[in-house]
Amino acid sequence: MPPAMPEPDRATLSRRAEIVAALRRIVPNGVIDDAASMAVYESDGLTAYRQLPMLVCLPETTEQVSQILKYCSANEVKIVPRGAGTSLSGGALPLADGVLLGMAKFNRVLEVDYANRVAIVQPGVTNLAITKEVEGEGFYYAPDPSSQIACSIGGNVAENSGGVHCLKYGLTTNNVLGVEMVLVDGEIIRLGGRQLEQRGLDLLGLIVGSEGLLGVVTEVTVRILPKPELARAVLVGFADTTSAGSCVAGVIAAGIIPAGMEMMDRPAIHAAEAFVHAGYPLDVEALLIIELDGPAAECDHLIDRVAAIAKENGAVSLRTSTSEAERLTMWAGRKAAFPAVGRISPDYYCMDGTIPRRKLPHVLQRMNELSNEHGLGVANVFHAGDGNLHPLILYDANKPGELERAEEFGADILRLCVEVGGVLTGEHGVGVEKRDLMPVMFTETDLNQQQHVKCAFDPASLMNPGKVFPQLHRCAEMGRMHVHRGQVPRPDLPRF
Amino acid sequence: MLQPADEQEIREIVSHAAGAGSALEIVGGGSKRNIGAPRETTQLSTSRLNRIVDYDPAELILTVEPGARLSEIEALLAQHNQMLAFDPWDFAETTGGEPNGSTISGVIGSGFAGSRRISAGSVRDHLLGFHAVNGRGEAIKAGGNVVKNVTGYDLPKLMAGSWGQLCVLTEVTLKVLPRPPESRTLVMRDLSHATAVDAMGQAMRAPADVAAASYVPAQNNEPSITAIRLEGFGPSIEARSRLLTGLLKNAGHLEPMETSEAGAHWLRIRAGNLPPALLPLLWRMVVPPARGPDVLDGIERFGGIGMMDWAGGLIWARTVAEAAAPIREVAELAGGHAMLMSAPEDVRHDIPARHPEPAAVAALSQRVRRAFDPAGIFDPLRFEAKASERSP
Repeated sequence: MPPAMPEPDRATLSRRAEIVAALRRIVPNGVIDDAASMAVYESDGLTAYRQLPMLVCLPETTEQVSQILKYCSANEVKIVPRGAGTSLSGGALPLADGVLLGMAKFNRVLEVDYANRVAIVQPGVTNLAITKEVEGEGFYYAPDPSSQIACSIGGNVAENSGGVHCLKYGLTTNNVLGVEMVLVDGEIIRLGGRQLEQRGLDLLGLIVGSEGLLGVVTEVTVRILPKPELARAVLVGFADTTSAGSCVAGVIAAGIIPAGMEMMDRPAIHAAEAFVHAGYPLDVEALLIIELDGPAAECDHLIDRVAAIAKENGAVSLRTSTSEAERLTMWAGRKAAFPAVGRISPDYYCMDGTIPRRKLPHVLQRMNELSNEHGLGVANVFHAGDGNLHPLILYDANKPGELERAEEFGADILRLCVEVGGVLTGEHGVGVEKRDLMPVMFTETDLNQQQHVKCAFDPASLMNPGKVFPQLHRCAEMGRMHVHRGQVPRPDLPRF
Repeated sequence: MLQPADEQEIREIVSHAAGAGSALEIVGGGSKRNIGAPRETTQLSTSRLNRIVDYDPAELILTVEPGARLSEIEALLAQHNQMLAFDPWDFAETTGGEPNGSTISGVIGSGFAGSRRISAGSVRDHLLGFHAVNGRGEAIKAGGNVVKNVTGYDLPKLMAGSWGQLCVLTEVTLKVLPRPPESRTLVMRDLSHATAVDAMGQAMRAPADVAAASYVPAQNNEPSITAIRLEGFGPSIEARSRLLTGLLKNAGHLEPMETSEAGAHWLRIRAGNLPPALLPLLWRMVVPPARGPDVLDGIERFGGIGMMDWAGGLIWARTVAEAAAPIREVAELAGGHAMLMSAPEDVRHDIPARHPEPAAVAALSQRVRRAFDPAGIFDPLRFEAKASERSP
């Protein structure tokens, strides 16, 4: 069951024909209003939740986006922005009374400025297309979410996407230098640019990861980096997850920050091996893929050190890539872990909590107990270097009650992450999916502070309402919460 | 000066100030107090909240209270061969004030990163979470204690560079990194502004993992110095040195700088240490790196002096007061901005320290400030100037 969304506004729905006509005047060939054609937009990467939008609008220019938002503001019509629709948290789930604003036509690389080491792209350009554009000159765009072939840079900005290499090279937020965006009233602004620091408050840092709640990004300036001379991967097997965890800690204690450091547990290893035949050992409980990059001399030096640390921590198997093809095969299993699990279970539900690394053995043990309690299997892939877990809960949607049980199991895992000092989501976003768990991590005061920030951008709550926040406050009511000697009223606002 | 002992006392002070509408200036070590306009405020010092709350080297995470001294934090991290990778410095090195006074809240409030910015990121990239008291007198928190976290808005980004105008920090969590085991500085002498930035750009475009790159123009019969710093494991530094020597052979002769000389050189660059002489205004300008030479030419055209860090992307400059308007114009034309870091009181009275923003962005920033501080009590006039018509 998807969490409840804001009640559709009848007045808006009754004006649908008028709204369609008005938006068609702004984007003559870019409005879709028949149910059959809108069906592809009814969900994103979180396919368990579906909703047809009131209409779909596909602008091509910043000016059109500005006019659309101006119209929607004046007419109090809600807007749900959408990039490539790969969100795993339902960030682009449509609203029955909302405009689904698809940014797919913003698909051009506008400029590559090698002198300043930046690329300026439209938000619909895919993550991988940026690297493709610059790799001839020896560059790449560092954040590499597993969906990089499909996901758009605009979506990456909205979600602050990570990837297996963000341990060393950072998340989207660390690699974006500027945006052009349209505010809900149609105002077009620029934040940041080709330089490494913006003037004034770091509003750019706030926009990245704001899940489409603060405005619509129409252009993105990203840093591009020279591709390291060489990358080599080491595949290390362990008899238990605790030893694998100590190996991860040992690598970091030695002052080594690998380009990537991934862990898989037994169910994930077996699923991946059956799917891509990456040559993973099947008689181990945990597998680490540790990637080192840089000059050949650095890779050789660090691989020797990592191998020694692995042995000290009881590694039972160890293999180092000797060619680029072998390295890519090692990664192929990990990168295909989700579809591989899809082959062993009719459905799976992917979680995304982050924990302090030292809590890993405890969390994995608790997860096994929860798995027994809920009667559902779980396979774990884990960005071990930065503590980001991706438990894949195995279920069958055709069996009555299993989806609900999977959701409960997932919620228990996320509560566990917060309980051990971690967070609800490391890179997939809150969206609809984790919205109602926000109070597990934040107090009402914390969430109100975030909503005050939201109100600074979007006073009528028209941008992607129903996402991120468990309660939809009206900004006017928030605005009345003036301080009188620290006594803040707490209006008893209805849950939707 | 108010010196609350804990979060509860801060809440009371803030609530009272909000009720009375009086301005509070949050002070850490006080080393950056003279950045901004002369103004009437009540100072709120966080110096008594100075504990190291949690430090687990294996997690690469440090949690401290705002008044913790930068020098103390760096000494603690050094014991475990770790560091704050964004390369902060004690602001006394820039202004010549009392040393070892800088606190972590001042480092975060200013958002100033040192020379390693180009390779390791800025303060914003290392602040993971915080606790604070907002202008409503409420205790709030945002972010978290782990490096990978997208739960809710990334409010920690806003704190870095907020100059105490959003809330009073009461606890911060930072990402720390291993200290590189070795460092080597390679220099070329006698390059022009343009050839230096070209050479640094070539190095940045190569897979050489340049940690820092700076340029000091010729002065007093000393040739210009273009310096490139490599950090990491010995064999890697060796390989990258060879790569750069080959790559830049047409630009000039690249030679290693002696370690102690290199140490002093980078300290001076990081702190923007330019001799004051008869040039009382100190500027910190951030521009697209390839525009560095144009900006430096512009500074010199108006009688100033300057030097470049961040491979051309950061320029420290000294000028006379009359050059203020042209300097801002030079920065703007290059696509960047200029912050006034130090100036006599009368100049600070007339010229806003922070480069003014376009109207729509300024209005949005103001709304975001009000989202934290509805009564406008947190040092509201710091970046206002007499010449400005904008109300606080």
